[in-house]
Order: sequence, then C-alpha cells, then structure tokens
Amino acid sequence: MADEALFLLLHNEMVAGLYRAAEQGEGENGRCTTKLESMGFRVGQGLIERFTKDTARFKDELDIMKFICKDFWTTVFKKQIDNLRTNHQYLAFTCGLIRGGLSNLGIKSIVTAEVSSMPACKFQVMIQKM
Amino acid sequence: MLISSRFRTCSWEALCARREGEKESPQSFLNSELFTLTYGALVTQLCKDYENDEDVNKQLDKMGYNIGVRLIEDFLARSNVGRCHDFRETADVIAKIAFKMYLGITPSITNWSPGGDEFSLILENNPLVDFVELPDNHSSLIYSNLLCGVLRGALEMVSQRLLFQ
Repeated sequence: MADEALFLLLHNEMVAGLYRAAEQGEGENGRCTTKLESMGFRVGQGLIERFTKDTARFKDELDIMKFICKDFWTTVFKKQIDNLRTNHQYLAFTCGLIRGGLSNLGIKSIVTAEVSSMPACKFQVMIQKM
Repeated sequence: MLISSRFRTCSWEALCARREGEKESPQSFLNSELFTLTYGALVTQLCKDYENDEDVNKQLDKMGYNIGVRLIEDFLARSNVGRCHDFRETADVIAKIAFKMYLGITPSITNWSPGGDEFSLILENNPLVDFVELPDNHSSLIYSNLLCGVLRGALEMVSQRLLFQ
C-alpha cells in the first residue's frame, strides 16, 4: 500500500530532477523525455508481468487493448487518470508505461499523448505490425 | 509503545477512523507495485546517469528532500497532529503515523542515545525494496536513501534540523 500523494510527489520530482540535471550540463531537453519514457517502459513491463500471471491467454490485439484500457489502467490508477498534472513532459512516463505493458504482451507500438483541453488527455497507440 | 499525550491519542484514533473509512472507497491508494517499480526505475536511471554510487546517493537524498518539503503539508493537513513537545514524540509520530499513512508500515524505534537526541528507525519490511536485486558492483549504493531525504525535508519545514544516515 502506497499513498497516492507519495506517488504524485515522486513523479513530480523525477521530472523536475531530470530536467534540473539536464540544465546543469549534459544533453538537451529531448533526452529527458526519452529517459522518462524508458523509465515508464520498464515499469510497464514489470507491472504487466505481475497483472497477467493469472489471466487467460489473449485472443487477439483487440483483446489485449481491452485488457490494457480496463484492467491495467484501473488497477494502476484506480480511476481514470485525471490527476496527474498533465502536460507533455509529465506524460512521457505514462506513455512509456503503456508501451512497456504492450511490449510484454507481444505488441510493438508507439504511444504518444496529446493534451487539447487541460484535464483531459488523449493517448494514441499505434501498433506496429511485425 | 506508549502513547502519552492525551491530545495525540485522540488524533491517532481519529486518524484510524479516517483511514478505515477510506478503505471502502480506495480512491487515494494507488497500486503499491506501481510505486515500488517506479522508484526502482528511478534508481536504475540515476545509476546510469551518475558514475559513482555516492553521487546517486546524494541525488536520491536531494530528490527526497524536495518531496519531503511538500509532503509535510499534506501530512499536517490530513493527520491532525499538533506540535511535538520533545524528540521522542517526534520519533513516535514519524514511525507510527507518518510511515503508516504513506507506506503502510510501522518501523521500530531503537538505539536511543543517552542524550535523547539520536535514534534509529528500523524498517522490517521496506516496501521500496520489493523485486529488487542489487548487482555486486553497487556495494556503496544506499538504495532507500530517498527516505532519508524525505524525512530531512519534512522535519526541516517544522523547524528541526537533523542529520540522517
């Protein structure tokens, strides 16, 4: 059991810390997004392994996407993810999370996020056929 | 452990009641695996970014400090804990209320120094280290150093300057 406030602050600080380090020298800001995304990827891989250990094998891609949207999302965030302070740099981690989850279920994808009106955000998942 | 002041007994009970009430609507609890794995990913990334373990430790402490500075507000707002009268009371609040509230564990308080100005918190089941295996070449990495920073930041905001190891 971990409190939500703790995760929000940790996530905030991860973003802030990475950007602070980038300002002090090495690399440009684009690298930060990549780093956040790859951290999310690792976490997504770990989580999906834990969550799917008792589920039946998925029939097809649609089945997998349903699992990601319903079970995965609600288990991780307990509700629609409406309180991560959304802007692009803060979404990189979550994009990675989805990509990592999908990757371990055998779907190679590109996940991007888009914020048009503030509290809502849209994730676009592009599946790459292998 | 004895809870001595009457005020604190009240607030502790109020807190328990509040937390039990919250269980019915588990809104404020995220999946703890998300938290643990995210922390793991952060430490991994820092190990890649910095060459030696001391720098990673320092960075974790700094990040923890920034978290603590903000976390204390959330803690004071939600826990109804008043000002502590002595250091022992502070230790109790940290172990029994703060840790319980945020990580769901209660560390034990030991090793009080004779002067009463130093103690150890022992975390028997540290949720941060689930799924963690440290490779041999990181022997001086203090994996949970973030917690030291959090405590340092939080207590500095309530005007106690402390040294953590």
